[in-house]
Amino acid sequence: MDITIDTSHSKYHVNKKGYYGHFGGAYIPEMLYPNVAELQEKYLEIMRDPAFLSAFEQLLKDYVGRPSPLYLAKRLSEKYGVDIYLKREDLNHTGAHKINNTIGQILLAKRLGKKRIIAETGAGQHGVATATVCALMGMECVVYMGSVDIQRQAPNVARMKMLGATVVPATSGSKTLKDATNEAIRDWINNPVDTHYIIGSVVGPHPYPDMVARFQSVISEEIRRQLKEKTGKSNPDYVMACVGGGSNAAGTFFHFVDEEDVRLIAVEAAGKGVHSGYSAATSQLGRMGVIHASKTLLMQTEDGQIVEPHSISAGLDYPGVGPLHAHLFETGRATFLSATDDEALEAAYELSRLEGIIPALESAHAIAKLKDLSLQPGQVVVVCLSGRGDKDMETYIKHLK
Amino acid sequence: MNRIDQLFRDKPGHILNIYCTAGFPALNDTLTIVETLQKSGADMVELGMPFSDPLADGPVIQDSSTRAIANGMRISVLFEQLKGFRERVSLPVVLMGYLNPVLQFGVEEFCKKCAETGIDGLILPDLPMDEYENEYRQIFDKYGLHFIFLVTPETSEARIRKIDSLSKGFVYAVSSSSTTGKDKDMSGQQAYFARLQAMKLKNPVLIGFGIRDKATFEAACAHSNGAIIGSAFVKAIENSANLQQTIQEFVEKIKA
Ligand SMILES: Cc1ncc(COP(=O)(O)O)c(C=O)c1O
Repeated sequence: MDITIDTSHSKYHVNKKGYYGHFGGAYIPEMLYPNVAELQEKYLEIMRDPAFLSAFEQLLKDYVGRPSPLYLAKRLSEKYGVDIYLKREDLNHTGAHKINNTIGQILLAKRLGKKRIIAETGAGQHGVATATVCALMGMECVVYMGSVDIQRQAPNVARMKMLGATVVPATSGSKTLKDATNEAIRDWINNPVDTHYIIGSVVGPHPYPDMVARFQSVISEEIRRQLKEKTGKSNPDYVMACVGGGSNAAGTFFHFVDEEDVRLIAVEAAGKGVHSGYSAATSQLGRMGVIHASKTLLMQTEDGQIVEPHSISAGLDYPGVGPLHAHLFETGRATFLSATDDEALEAAYELSRLEGIIPALESAHAIAKLKDLSLQPGQVVVVCLSGRGDKDMETYIKHLK
Repeated sequence: MNRIDQLFRDKPGHILNIYCTAGFPALNDTLTIVETLQKSGADMVELGMPFSDPLADGPVIQDSSTRAIANGMRISVLFEQLKGFRERVSLPVVLMGYLNPVLQFGVEEFCKKCAETGIDGLILPDLPMDEYENEYRQIFDKYGLHFIFLVTPETSEARIRKIDSLSKGFVYAVSSSSTTGKDKDMSGQQAYFARLQAMKLKNPVLIGFGIRDKATFEAACAHSNGAIIGSAFVKAIENSANLQQTIQEFVEKIKA
C-alpha cells in the first residue's frame, strides 16, 4: 500500500519536525507529552509493519467495502460539459470516509496496548465510525459531541449508543465540534495511560495531521488506479473536496500534491456568507494561531480568542483547518472556495435529482462549487463524495423543494 | 533580583501561591484581589489571562475565563489595570495563560509590558519545551521574565532534569494526571512527590492542581517548597458579597 510512502522530499507534506511550512507542530501541555511523543516516535514504524498493513488492508476490503467506486456521473457531467467522477466514500460502511481513519487508528491503538478509546465528533460520522471499530475490537468507547450537534444529528447519536459507545455532551462555548474536541483533549489529560484519542480529522498535534492524512490517502491512491483504468491517465485536471478539518480533502489530495498539473480545489463552508458573521470559511477569515495544539489558520478575535463558526453542516462547523491545508493555501498550491448553506442545499438537491445520490451536507459543499470552476470541454474532474445524506434528512426535509 | 527568587531565598516556610482569573468575578476586581491576597498572607499570585479554549483547565476555571472574557478582560486591559500596581504590591506575580492570545498580542511586546508593569514570571502550558528553547527563551530572558514549566506524574526523570535546567523561578509539579480542579485524593501521590523531592532539583518545586484546603496544602508541602491553589479559590470568590473578607478567611484557613 502507498499510505506509508516517503514524503520527506515534498514541499507540501509534513517535515521531520512536524511542520507544513509555518504550520503544524505540537503545542501540547506537558500532561499529554508521553502520549503524543509515543505516537510521534512510533506511528510510521507501526504503519510500515507488513502485518499492520495487511490487517488494515483486509479490514478496508472486507469490512469497509473498499475500494470505493469511482463513478462517472453522466448527467452531472453533461450539465457542466466535462467528465465528472465521484469518489464514492458515501458507499463505505457507516456512510462516510471517516472509517478509513478509525480502522487505522484502532489497529494502532491496539499495537500501543491501549484499552480505552475517546473521540470527538461534529456531524456524528466520526463518532459512529469510532464506535463501530470499538465494537469490532471490543474496546470501551467514549465520544464527545457538542450539545447543539447532538440535537441536529440525532440519528447518529442513536447509532453510537446502539453500537455501545457512551456519548458525552460538550456544553461549553459554542457547544459544537471545537468544544467537543476540547473535552476529548481534557479526557485524555485525565486518562493518560490506558486511553488513545482517535482524532477525526487532519488536525491536532503532530503526528495526527500526517497520520490521519495517510490513513485517508487510500482515497487518492485508489483514484489514481481507477482513473488510469478508466481513462488511461492517472491524473485528472481537478480534484475537489470539502474541508472541515480537512481529512477527506487530505485523503483526496494526498498522492496528487506533488503532481503540479493536478489542480486541488478545497471547498469550505461559507455559512450564511463569508462576511455575514455566520461562516466557517477559515482560510478567508482566519489568521495564524494555535488551536487544538496545532499552529494553523484559525478564526479568532483580534485578541486571540477563538471565534464560534457557523455552518448548516455540523461536519464543517470548525474554526480552524488542518496545518496541511493552511500550507496548501499559503503556498497557493490549492485553491480555496467556499459554498454557502443555500448553495450546499441546492447542490444536494441537484445531485439527488440528476444522479439518484443523496449526499451528506458536507459533501454537497464540494458539488456546489462545480459551477465556479472555469471548466474546458474534455477536462476530468474528480469530486470526493465524502458521505451520504441519511444523517441530514431532517435538514433536507425542512428545505424540501 | 527577580521577586520569585527573592521569595524563595528569604522565606523559610512553605509558599502559598494563589491563582485567580484576571477580570473575575468583575472586570475591575483584579487588583483588589491581588492586594487583599498580599494583606492576608499569601506569598505569590498567579494571574490567569482568560482564554476561550483553556485545554488544561476543568469547569471552574473554564467558567471563570468565560465570565472574565464577557466582562471585557483581555491582555491589553490587564496591563492597563496593572499599571502602577507595584507601588502597592510587593509579592511576586506570575501570569498564566495559553499561547494564542500572547502570540496575537505579540510575544516581544508582551514581554516588554510584563517588564514595565512588574510581572515576574510566566506559565504557558501549551508552549512546549523545544519551541521555548528555539524561539522564545531569548526574548523572555531579555525582559527578565521567568518561564515556569510543568511536570506531571508521567514525566520521565530525564525529562524532569531537562525541564529543571530550562525553568526559572520554580518548577510547577502537577499533582496528578488531570485538568485543574479535580478533587483527586492526594494520598496516592505521596510517592510521586517524594520521588521529585529526592531528585534535588535546582529550582524550588510548587505543587498544584487539586490543592483545595489545609489538608491537601499540607500533604503537598510535606515534599515540596509549597503549593498552588486555583479552582478552590476561584469557587470561593465567585459569589462573594464581600471579596476582602472572603479572601482573608480563605487564606487564614489554609495557613492556620
Ligand atoms: C460526510 C463528511 N464529510 C466531510 C466532513 C468534514 O471533515 P473533514 O474535513 O475532516 O473531511 C465530515 C465531518 O464530520 C463528514 O461527516
